[in-house]
Amino acid sequence: MKPCPEEIVQYMHDYLDGEITRRDEQILKEHLEQCPACQEHMDQLSRSVAFLKSASHIEAPEGFSARIMASLPKERQGAGVRRWFGRHPMLAAAAMFMLLAGLALFSNFNTSDQQLVVSTQPNLVVEGNKVTVPEGETVKGDLVVRNGELHIEGEVEGDVTVINGSKYMASTAVVTGRIEEIDRAFEWLWYTIKSGIKEGLSVFEGPGADDKEK
Amino acid sequence: MEDIVKKRIKQVLKGDQSAFEEIVSLYQNRLYQVCYRMLGNRHEAEDIAQEAFIRAYINLHTFDQKRKFSTWLYRIATNLCIDRIRKKKPDTFLDAPVPGTDGLDHYSRLAHDSPLPEEEVEKMEQQERVQYEISRLPDKYRSAIVLRYIEELPLQEISEILDLPLGTVKTRIHRGREALRKQMKKL
Repeated sequence: MKPCPEEIVQYMHDYLDGEITRRDEQILKEHLEQCPACQEHMDQLSRSVAFLKSASHIEAPEGFSARIMASLPKERQGAGVRRWFGRHPMLAAAAMFMLLAGLALFSNFNTSDQQLVVSTQPNLVVEGNKVTVPEGETVKGDLVVRNGELHIEGEVEGDVTVINGSKYMASTAVVTGRIEEIDRAFEWLWYTIKSGIKEGLSVFEGPGADDKEK
Repeated sequence: MEDIVKKRIKQVLKGDQSAFEEIVSLYQNRLYQVCYRMLGNRHEAEDIAQEAFIRAYINLHTFDQKRKFSTWLYRIATNLCIDRIRKKKPDTFLDAPVPGTDGLDHYSRLAHDSPLPEEEVEKMEQQERVQYEISRLPDKYRSAIVLRYIEELPLQEISEILDLPLGTVKTRIHRGREALRKQMKKL
Protein backbone atom coordinates (compact mmCIF):
# COMPACT_ATOMS: atom_id res chain seq x y z
CA MET A 1 0.00 0.00 0.00
CA LYS A 2 1.44 3.34 -0.94
CA PRO A 3 1.66 5.95 1.88
CA CYS A 4 -0.99 8.68 2.00
CA PRO A 5 -0.01 12.07 0.53
CA GLU A 6 1.31 14.38 3.26
CA GLU A 7 -1.04 17.22 2.43
CA ILE A 8 -4.15 15.13 3.19
CA VAL A 9 -4.02 15.93 6.92
CA GLN A 10 -3.52 19.61 6.07
CA TYR A 11 -6.60 19.45 3.83
CA MET A 12 -8.58 17.96 6.74
CA HIS A 13 -7.72 20.98 8.88
CA ASP A 14 -8.39 23.42 6.05
CA TYR A 15 -11.75 21.73 5.68
CA LEU A 16 -12.47 22.10 9.41
CA ASP A 17 -11.43 25.76 9.26
CA GLY A 18 -13.84 26.24 6.36
CA GLU A 19 -10.96 27.48 4.23
CA ILE A 20 -10.49 24.66 1.73
CA THR A 21 -10.47 25.29 -2.01
CA ARG A 22 -12.86 23.35 -4.23
CA ARG A 23 -9.97 21.53 -5.86
CA ASP A 24 -8.42 20.43 -2.52
CA GLU A 25 -11.79 19.40 -1.20
CA GLN A 26 -12.26 17.16 -4.21
CA ILE A 27 -8.83 15.57 -3.64
CA LEU A 28 -9.62 15.03 0.06
CA LYS A 29 -13.00 13.45 -0.69
CA GLU A 30 -11.58 11.06 -3.23
CA HIS A 31 -8.77 10.07 -0.89
CA LEU A 32 -11.04 9.46 2.11
CA GLU A 33 -13.28 7.20 0.02
CA GLN A 34 -10.44 4.81 -0.65
CA CYS A 35 -8.39 5.14 2.59
CA PRO A 36 -10.03 3.83 5.80
CA ALA A 37 -7.12 5.08 7.98
CA CYS A 38 -7.55 8.67 6.83
CA GLN A 39 -11.30 8.32 7.05
CA GLU A 40 -10.85 7.30 10.68
CA HIS A 41 -8.51 10.25 11.28
CA MET A 42 -11.04 12.67 9.80
CA ASP A 43 -13.86 11.17 11.87
CA GLN A 44 -11.88 11.51 15.07
CA LEU A 45 -11.13 15.17 14.31
CA SER A 46 -14.77 15.91 13.51
CA ARG A 47 -15.90 14.15 16.66
CA SER A 48 -13.42 16.12 18.79
CA VAL A 49 -14.73 19.37 17.37
CA ALA A 50 -18.35 18.32 17.89
CA PHE A 51 -17.47 17.30 21.42
CA LEU A 52 -15.97 20.73 22.16
CA LYS A 53 -18.98 22.47 20.70
CA SER A 54 -21.23 20.46 23.00
CA ALA A 55 -19.83 22.39 25.96
CA SER A 56 -22.71 24.13 27.68
CA HIS A 57 -22.72 27.88 27.98
CA ILE A 58 -21.35 29.14 31.23
CA GLU A 59 -22.81 32.25 32.81
CA ALA A 60 -21.18 34.67 35.16
CA PRO A 61 -22.23 34.10 38.79
CA GLU A 62 -25.00 36.08 40.45
CA GLY A 63 -24.02 39.60 41.48
CA PHE A 64 -20.88 39.60 39.35
CA SER A 65 -21.32 43.05 37.80
CA ALA A 66 -22.35 44.58 41.14
CA ARG A 67 -19.15 43.29 42.70
CA ILE A 68 -17.13 44.81 39.89
CA MET A 69 -18.85 48.17 40.19
CA ALA A 70 -18.17 48.13 43.92
CA SER A 71 -14.47 47.48 43.44
CA LEU A 72 -13.77 50.10 40.76
CA PRO A 73 -11.39 52.84 41.87
CA LYS A 74 -13.50 55.70 43.24
CA GLU A 75 -11.89 58.83 41.92
CA ARG A 76 -12.55 60.06 38.43
CA GLN A 77 -10.90 63.41 38.98
CA GLY A 78 -7.48 61.85 39.31
CA ALA A 79 -7.94 60.01 36.06
CA GLY A 80 -9.23 63.19 34.46
CA VAL A 81 -6.10 65.07 35.47
CA ARG A 82 -3.92 62.25 34.17
CA ARG A 83 -5.79 62.32 30.85
CA TRP A 84 -5.41 66.07 30.64
CA PHE A 85 -1.68 65.74 31.20
CA GLY A 86 -1.58 63.06 28.56
CA ARG A 87 -3.18 65.43 26.04
CA HIS A 88 -1.04 68.45 26.94
CA PRO A 89 2.47 67.15 27.46
CA MET A 90 4.11 70.57 27.07
CA LEU A 91 1.87 72.20 29.65
CA ALA A 92 2.36 69.23 31.93
CA ALA A 93 6.12 69.55 31.62
CA ALA A 94 5.96 73.29 32.32
CA ALA A 95 3.77 72.72 35.37
CA MET A 96 6.12 70.03 36.60
CA PHE A 97 9.08 72.35 36.13
CA MET A 98 7.45 75.18 38.06
CA LEU A 99 6.56 72.79 40.87
CA LEU A 100 10.09 71.41 41.13
CA ALA A 101 11.67 74.85 40.88
CA GLY A 102 9.38 76.06 43.66
CA LEU A 103 10.23 73.08 45.83
CA ALA A 104 13.95 73.59 45.25
CA LEU A 105 13.70 77.24 46.29
CA PHE A 106 11.70 76.38 49.37
CA SER A 107 14.14 73.76 50.49
CA ASN A 108 16.97 76.19 49.82
CA PHE A 109 15.24 78.76 51.97
CA ASN A 110 14.80 76.32 54.82
CA THR A 111 18.23 74.71 54.89
CA SER A 112 20.09 78.03 55.01
CA ASP A 113 17.83 78.94 57.91
CA GLN A 114 20.26 79.52 60.71
CA GLN A 115 23.45 80.59 59.01
CA LEU A 116 24.46 84.22 58.64
CA VAL A 117 25.10 85.03 55.03
CA VAL A 118 26.38 88.35 53.90
CA SER A 119 27.71 89.75 50.65
CA THR A 120 31.44 90.37 50.85
CA GLN A 121 32.39 93.99 50.72
CA PRO A 122 35.79 94.80 52.30
CA ASN A 123 34.68 97.53 54.69
CA LEU A 124 31.77 95.70 56.35
CA VAL A 125 32.16 94.86 60.03
CA VAL A 126 30.76 91.49 61.09
CA GLU A 127 30.35 90.61 64.78
CA GLY A 128 28.31 87.50 65.59
CA ASN A 129 25.16 87.93 63.54
CA LYS A 130 25.44 91.68 63.47
CA VAL A 131 26.63 93.34 60.30
CA THR A 132 27.60 96.98 60.43
CA VAL A 133 28.27 99.56 57.75
CA PRO A 134 30.56 101.84 59.83
CA GLU A 135 30.02 105.59 59.97
CA GLY A 136 32.00 107.47 57.36
CA GLU A 137 32.59 104.35 55.25
CA THR A 138 31.09 103.79 51.80
CA VAL A 139 30.10 100.27 50.73
CA LYS A 140 30.10 99.93 46.97
CA GLY A 141 27.64 97.56 45.31
CA ASP A 142 24.46 95.80 46.45
CA LEU A 143 24.37 94.56 50.01
CA VAL A 144 22.59 91.34 50.97
CA VAL A 145 22.31 90.08 54.54
CA ARG A 146 20.59 86.83 55.39
CA ASN A 147 19.75 85.66 58.92
CA GLY A 148 21.35 88.67 60.59
CA GLU A 149 20.95 92.18 61.88
CA LEU A 150 22.09 94.98 59.62
CA HIS A 151 23.15 98.31 61.11
CA ILE A 152 23.73 101.06 58.60
CA GLU A 153 25.67 104.03 59.91
CA GLY A 154 27.61 104.84 56.77
CA GLU A 155 26.78 104.88 53.10
CA VAL A 156 25.73 102.11 50.69
CA GLU A 157 26.06 102.73 46.97
CA GLY A 158 23.53 100.15 45.79
CA ASP A 159 20.44 98.16 46.86
CA VAL A 160 20.09 96.76 50.36
CA THR A 161 18.30 93.46 50.89
CA VAL A 162 17.69 91.88 54.30
CA ILE A 163 16.39 88.32 54.35
CA ASN A 164 15.05 86.80 57.55
CA GLY A 165 16.58 89.48 59.69
CA SER A 166 16.28 93.09 60.81
CA LYS A 167 17.72 96.40 59.78
CA TYR A 168 18.60 99.55 61.72
CA MET A 169 19.32 102.80 59.98
CA ALA A 170 21.35 105.42 61.85
CA SER A 171 20.65 109.08 61.12
CA THR A 172 23.89 109.20 59.19
CA ALA A 173 22.89 106.32 56.92
CA VAL A 174 22.69 106.83 53.17
CA VAL A 175 21.47 104.18 50.76
CA THR A 176 21.48 105.12 47.10
CA GLY A 177 19.51 102.07 45.89
CA ARG A 178 16.31 100.42 47.06
CA ILE A 179 15.86 98.85 50.49
CA GLU A 180 14.02 95.55 50.78
CA GLU A 181 13.23 93.27 53.69
CA ILE A 182 12.16 89.71 53.07
CA ASP A 183 10.79 87.61 55.92
CA ARG A 184 8.73 84.83 54.51
CA ALA A 185 9.30 81.96 52.19
CA PHE A 186 6.84 83.27 49.68
CA GLU A 187 8.53 86.64 49.43
CA TRP A 188 11.90 84.94 49.12
CA LEU A 189 10.54 82.95 46.24
CA TRP A 190 9.17 86.05 44.59
CA TYR A 191 12.42 87.87 45.14
CA THR A 192 14.41 85.03 43.56
CA ILE A 193 12.13 84.98 40.54
CA LYS A 194 12.33 88.78 40.18
CA SER A 195 16.09 88.89 40.36
CA GLY A 196 16.27 85.93 38.00
CA ILE A 197 14.23 87.84 35.47
CA LYS A 198 16.30 90.99 36.01
CA GLU A 199 19.49 89.06 35.41
CA GLY A 200 17.99 87.47 32.36
CA LEU A 201 17.03 90.88 31.01
CA SER A 202 20.42 92.40 31.77
CA VAL A 203 21.94 89.97 29.29
CA PHE A 204 19.97 91.75 26.58
CA GLU A 205 20.85 95.19 27.84
CA GLY A 206 24.46 94.65 26.86
CA PRO A 207 27.70 94.96 28.83
CA GLY A 208 27.98 97.41 31.68
CA ALA A 209 24.47 96.94 32.95
CA ASP A 210 25.48 94.13 35.25
CA ASP A 211 28.39 95.31 37.35
CA LYS A 212 27.07 94.09 40.67
CA GLU A 213 29.56 92.42 42.99
CA LYS A 214 28.76 88.89 43.95
CA MET B 1 -24.17 46.61 19.87
CA GLU B 2 -20.71 48.06 19.34
CA ASP B 3 -22.40 51.46 18.90
CA ILE B 4 -24.03 51.33 22.32
CA VAL B 5 -20.75 50.21 23.82
CA LYS B 6 -18.88 53.11 22.21
CA LYS B 7 -21.41 55.56 23.57
CA ARG B 8 -21.00 54.09 27.05
CA ILE B 9 -17.21 54.21 26.76
CA LYS B 10 -17.38 57.93 25.98
CA GLN B 11 -19.58 58.47 29.04
CA VAL B 12 -17.17 56.58 31.26
CA LEU B 13 -14.27 58.60 29.90
CA LYS B 14 -16.15 61.78 30.76
CA GLY B 15 -16.33 60.60 34.36
CA ASP B 16 -19.67 58.78 34.47
CA GLN B 17 -18.67 55.60 36.28
CA SER B 18 -22.16 54.11 36.26
CA ALA B 19 -22.06 53.82 32.44
CA PHE B 20 -19.50 51.07 32.92
CA GLU B 21 -22.09 48.77 34.46
CA GLU B 22 -23.85 48.29 31.15
CA ILE B 23 -20.54 47.38 29.51
CA VAL B 24 -19.94 44.80 32.23
CA SER B 25 -23.37 43.24 31.86
CA LEU B 26 -23.01 43.01 28.09
CA TYR B 27 -19.73 41.10 28.24
CA GLN B 28 -19.67 39.41 31.63
CA ASN B 29 -20.88 35.98 30.47
CA ARG B 30 -18.49 35.74 27.56
CA LEU B 31 -15.52 36.88 29.59
CA TYR B 32 -16.31 34.66 32.54
CA GLN B 33 -16.79 31.69 30.21
CA VAL B 34 -13.38 32.15 28.57
CA CYS B 35 -11.72 32.40 31.96
CA TYR B 36 -13.55 29.36 33.24
CA ARG B 37 -12.63 27.24 30.22
CA MET B 38 -9.01 28.37 30.38
CA LEU B 39 -8.57 27.89 34.12
CA GLY B 40 -11.05 25.12 34.87
CA ASN B 41 -12.07 26.59 38.21
CA ARG B 42 -15.05 28.80 38.98
CA HIS B 43 -13.44 30.69 41.79
CA GLU B 44 -10.34 31.57 39.79
CA ALA B 45 -12.43 32.37 36.74
CA GLU B 46 -14.43 34.93 38.68
CA ASP B 47 -11.26 36.39 40.13
CA ILE B 48 -9.59 36.82 36.74
CA ALA B 49 -12.71 38.00 34.88
CA GLN B 50 -13.23 40.63 37.56
CA GLU B 51 -9.61 41.71 37.32
CA ALA B 52 -9.98 41.97 33.53
CA PHE B 53 -12.96 44.34 33.84
CA ILE B 54 -11.21 46.49 36.40
CA ARG B 55 -8.13 46.75 34.20
CA ALA B 56 -10.30 47.63 31.24
CA TYR B 57 -11.91 50.39 33.29
CA ILE B 58 -8.60 51.82 34.47
CA ASN B 59 -7.01 51.69 31.01
CA LEU B 60 -10.11 52.66 29.05
CA HIS B 61 -8.44 55.85 27.79
CA THR B 62 -5.86 53.69 25.96
CA PHE B 63 -8.54 51.81 24.01
CA ASP B 64 -8.54 52.78 20.35
CA GLN B 65 -12.20 53.50 19.66
CA LYS B 66 -11.84 52.66 15.99
CA ARG B 67 -11.34 49.02 16.97
CA LYS B 68 -13.68 46.39 18.30
CA PHE B 69 -14.13 46.62 22.05
CA SER B 70 -14.74 42.91 22.61
CA THR B 71 -11.39 42.06 20.99
CA TRP B 72 -9.60 44.40 23.40
CA LEU B 73 -11.48 42.99 26.37
CA TYR B 74 -10.82 39.36 25.38
CA ARG B 75 -7.18 40.22 25.03
CA ILE B 76 -6.92 41.58 28.56
CA ALA B 77 -8.68 38.49 29.92
CA THR B 78 -6.68 35.89 27.98
CA ASN B 79 -3.41 37.54 28.97
CA LEU B 80 -4.43 37.43 32.62
CA CYS B 81 -5.44 33.76 32.27
CA ILE B 82 -2.15 32.83 30.63
CA ASP B 83 -0.22 34.61 33.40
CA ARG B 84 -2.24 32.79 36.02
CA ILE B 85 -1.64 29.39 34.40
CA ARG B 86 2.11 30.07 34.24
CA LYS B 87 2.22 31.02 37.91
CA LYS B 88 0.42 27.87 38.90
CA LYS B 89 3.08 25.62 37.39
CA PRO B 90 5.47 24.15 39.94
CA ASP B 91 8.96 25.65 39.94
CA THR B 92 10.62 22.25 39.70
CA PHE B 93 13.03 21.64 36.88
CA LEU B 94 10.89 20.33 34.11
CA ASP B 95 13.28 17.63 32.98
CA ALA B 96 13.95 16.33 36.49
CA PRO B 97 12.56 12.81 36.89
CA VAL B 98 9.38 12.56 38.91
CA PRO B 99 9.97 10.35 41.94
CA GLY B 100 8.11 7.05 41.91
CA THR B 101 7.64 6.99 38.15
CA ASP B 102 9.68 5.01 35.73
CA GLY B 103 11.67 7.54 33.74
CA LEU B 104 8.73 9.95 33.54
CA ASP B 105 9.78 13.60 33.74
CA HIS B 106 7.76 16.72 34.46
CA TYR B 107 7.34 17.46 30.77
CA SER B 108 5.26 14.38 30.24
CA ARG B 109 3.24 15.15 33.34
CA LEU B 110 2.53 18.70 32.21
CA ALA B 111 1.49 17.62 28.76
CA HIS B 112 -1.14 15.33 30.24
CA ASP B 113 -1.83 17.38 33.34
CA SER B 114 -1.58 14.17 35.39
CA PRO B 115 -4.18 12.18 33.44
CA LEU B 116 -6.76 10.25 35.36
CA PRO B 117 -7.13 6.49 34.99
CA GLU B 118 -9.35 5.53 32.09
CA GLU B 119 -12.17 4.07 34.22
CA GLU B 120 -12.45 7.40 36.06
CA VAL B 121 -12.70 9.34 32.82
CA GLU B 122 -15.39 7.01 31.52
CA LYS B 123 -17.51 7.60 34.62
CA MET B 124 -17.47 11.38 34.04
CA GLU B 125 -20.53 13.22 32.92
CA GLN B 126 -20.33 14.74 29.48
CA GLN B 127 -19.84 18.34 30.68
CA GLU B 128 -17.25 17.36 33.22
CA ARG B 129 -15.45 15.46 30.51
CA VAL B 130 -15.42 18.46 28.15
CA GLN B 131 -13.73 20.59 30.76
CA TYR B 132 -11.31 17.79 31.60
CA GLU B 133 -10.23 17.38 27.98
CA ILE B 134 -9.77 21.13 27.53
CA SER B 135 -7.66 21.32 30.66
CA ARG B 136 -5.37 18.60 29.32
CA LEU B 137 -4.50 20.65 26.23
CA PRO B 138 -1.13 22.39 26.37
CA ASP B 139 -1.80 26.09 27.19
CA LYS B 140 -0.55 27.31 23.83
CA TYR B 141 -3.30 25.41 22.07
CA ARG B 142 -5.86 25.81 24.82
CA SER B 143 -6.38 29.56 24.38
CA ALA B 144 -6.76 29.27 20.61
CA ILE B 145 -9.11 26.27 20.88
CA VAL B 146 -11.28 27.92 23.55
CA LEU B 147 -11.65 31.10 21.51
CA ARG B 148 -12.40 29.12 18.36
CA TYR B 149 -14.82 26.47 19.63
CA ILE B 150 -16.24 27.81 22.88
CA GLU B 151 -16.51 31.46 21.93
CA GLU B 152 -16.86 30.61 18.22
CA LEU B 153 -14.77 33.55 17.09
CA PRO B 154 -13.39 33.92 13.56
CA LEU B 155 -9.68 33.14 13.06
CA GLN B 156 -8.88 36.76 12.24
CA GLU B 157 -10.27 37.97 15.57
CA ILE B 158 -8.41 35.27 17.48
CA SER B 159 -5.20 36.43 15.84
CA GLU B 160 -5.89 39.99 17.10
CA ILE B 161 -6.79 38.82 20.60
CA LEU B 162 -3.70 36.66 20.99
CA ASP B 163 -1.54 39.12 19.07
CA LEU B 164 -0.25 36.35 16.82
CA PRO B 165 -0.04 36.11 13.03
CA LEU B 166 -2.98 34.38 11.41
CA GLY B 167 -0.77 31.48 10.29
CA THR B 168 0.37 30.82 13.86
CA VAL B 169 -3.23 30.80 15.09
CA LYS B 170 -4.17 28.26 12.41
CA THR B 171 -1.23 26.06 13.34
CA ARG B 172 -2.19 26.17 17.00
CA ILE B 173 -5.76 25.25 16.26
CA HIS B 174 -4.65 22.39 13.99
CA ARG B 175 -2.30 21.07 16.65
CA GLY B 176 -4.95 21.57 19.31
CA ARG B 177 -7.41 19.51 17.29
CA GLU B 178 -4.82 16.79 16.78
CA ALA B 179 -3.99 16.77 20.52
CA LEU B 180 -7.65 16.47 21.34
CA ARG B 181 -8.11 13.67 18.83
CA LYS B 182 -5.28 11.71 20.43
CA GLN B 183 -6.61 12.35 23.93
CA MET B 184 -10.03 11.03 23.00
CA LYS B 185 -9.37 8.29 20.45
CA LYS B 186 -11.73 5.93 22.21
CA LEU B 187 -14.65 8.32 22.35
